[in-house]
Amino acid sequence: MSRHVSTGKTRNKFLSSTATFILGAVAMAHSAQATEELNALVWCDHTDPALIEPFEEKYDVKVNLKEYEGTGAGLSIVEQSRPGDWDVFVIDGVDVHRAVEMGVLAEIPADALPTSDIFPEVVMAENNVVDGKTYAVTEKFGYNTISFDKTKVDPKDMEDMSVIWSDKYAGRIAVYDYYLPVIGLVGLGLGIDTADLGADDMPAIKEKLFAMKKASKQVGEVVSSQTALATGEVDILVGGGEWITAVLSEEKPNLDWVIPKQGGLRWAQSIGVMKDSQKPDLALKFVQYILSPEGQARLATSSCYWGMPANAKAGANLTDAQKAALRWDDQEGYLKNSQLYPIPDADLDAEMQDAWVEMLQQ
Amino acid sequence: MATASLETRENRRAWGFVTPALLWTVAFFVIPFIVMAAISLATRKGREIVMAWNFDNYIEFFEKAHLLKGLFVSLEITFTVTLISVILAYPLAWIIAERVPQKWQRMALIMAILPFWTSYVVRSYSWLLVLAQNGVINNSLIYLGIISEPLELASTRTATVIGFVHFFVMLLTLTIYANLVQMPPNYRRAAADLGANGFQVFWHVVLPLTLPGIMVGAFLTFVLCIGDYITPQILGGNNELALPQVIMLQLGRRADFPMATTLSIILMIVVTLAYIACARWLKMERT
Repeated sequence: MSRHVSTGKTRNKFLSSTATFILGAVAMAHSAQATEELNALVWCDHTDPALIEPFEEKYDVKVNLKEYEGTGAGLSIVEQSRPGDWDVFVIDGVDVHRAVEMGVLAEIPADALPTSDIFPEVVMAENNVVDGKTYAVTEKFGYNTISFDKTKVDPKDMEDMSVIWSDKYAGRIAVYDYYLPVIGLVGLGLGIDTADLGADDMPAIKEKLFAMKKASKQVGEVVSSQTALATGEVDILVGGGEWITAVLSEEKPNLDWVIPKQGGLRWAQSIGVMKDSQKPDLALKFVQYILSPEGQARLATSSCYWGMPANAKAGANLTDAQKAALRWDDQEGYLKNSQLYPIPDADLDAEMQDAWVEMLQQ
Repeated sequence: MATASLETRENRRAWGFVTPALLWTVAFFVIPFIVMAAISLATRKGREIVMAWNFDNYIEFFEKAHLLKGLFVSLEITFTVTLISVILAYPLAWIIAERVPQKWQRMALIMAILPFWTSYVVRSYSWLLVLAQNGVINNSLIYLGIISEPLELASTRTATVIGFVHFFVMLLTLTIYANLVQMPPNYRRAAADLGANGFQVFWHVVLPLTLPGIMVGAFLTFVLCIGDYITPQILGGNNELALPQVIMLQLGRRADFPMATTLSIILMIVVTLAYIACARWLKMERT
């Protein structure tokens, strides 16, 4: 058992390292030949060579990718960069307004985007459109909910959110280290919709966060959370979802995920063109490529993490096994029983982050 | 007149030698430190950084228990690591200096510092695999029948301490070894001639003479350990946050540069206090 687990873990790390190495090697090879360069600030799923190479070859361009985690980190990088350093920005869908307020994103011609092909629930015009102008477009979505090892826990227990702060699975829980979705999930568990979550709710949420921390073994970022679940270090991952388990579906069929009866959080990532880009046309072409059915299928099954493609036409480019791992056919129900991330103002955001650090220090 | 002129020339010459180092220090330490100190007096209001010129961040640090705890966690880990490293490094250095034949000492030292040759991050992740529930240690203990259930080693403070100690034992071994080999053997012979037994020779002669090596190594361990972000982040499982982790949270998640610089300056003050204590101990101020 342990041999298989270790092998799987090693393979994941090896694949990840290999992918990074290959991407670097390819980028270096392209740098000698490509006539143009495009700089994109992205999430890790965009660093898969299988996604980037076709665009680079088609447009004879080298795409320089810098990955980040969390909007705060991304905006920090932008603030510390010179205008024009970045051409494309991948950002949490709920934070597009924040980026627009900061003057980071450029308007995109609405007719240049395949909006009619995007699942209606994730078009999210209220996020991607400001004052009637489109600044970003949803490219991928999924759920922050509960992932688990169905051979080690009772799947029925996972249908009730309160299990994450109970003692039943104490010491067998990992928590994804991102305050927004997990606080949103805890809020849902307390019957608070993410859109209504406010400062008054924080004391009750903190109490449950602290109880959850007490029952958990670790709080970690994507790789360590996924590794902990895959290797059996923990049996439950709070904040997980298909993005954690789908990529392991072949080698770890024991891993599963569920949206509890109280609901789950729906994440959606958007992509846009940077306002100060010196290559707005090329940047738009990149956005269009990512939103094409081919680009969407590659992005959905990226080596870093899987997630539902926003473009419904991407289904034609996915295999049945890939669609099953993504639960393609269940999306209608999942979309209904999920809510978007909370959108805190600056003060509430600071309060949430303080609560998160307090929880970590418990 | 001629003497004054000679003095002037010597002064100019001395300044000529010192100026590049001074300029370097001013450019890469004094000015950045002044900028940091100024930023620490700003505040973050909403998503804007405002130059408030007050000490609110410092007050907030002492008022918010989760921030203050970061310092205590760092100090507890650092003192534990330093103490364990000294206890382990001293016998190792002693064996290399006194028991290993001279022609093999260089090889023994190379073997001792081999872990330095691997990446710090890789080494930390390797420890995670060793300490994991189905890692080398737990599997071995279960196989030998010593335990029936795996121990919780990974993602704990113990894991962080182990990761640090593995690294710093090597550092301390080098500084203590350097002291031991420089110590003339006649001191010990003289003490023995005067009737001291083995323990007394060690306690009254060897240990005091090797204290400088211990203190220098301990100070380096303290400085490197208290400012380290990688090891507690990888091995600690975020179950408690050391001060560098709290600083990274301010930068990476909140873009709260004023609070991050405040915490960094507090960390620097702690290191400075450690240096002063170390210097006094060694009476460095008199030399």
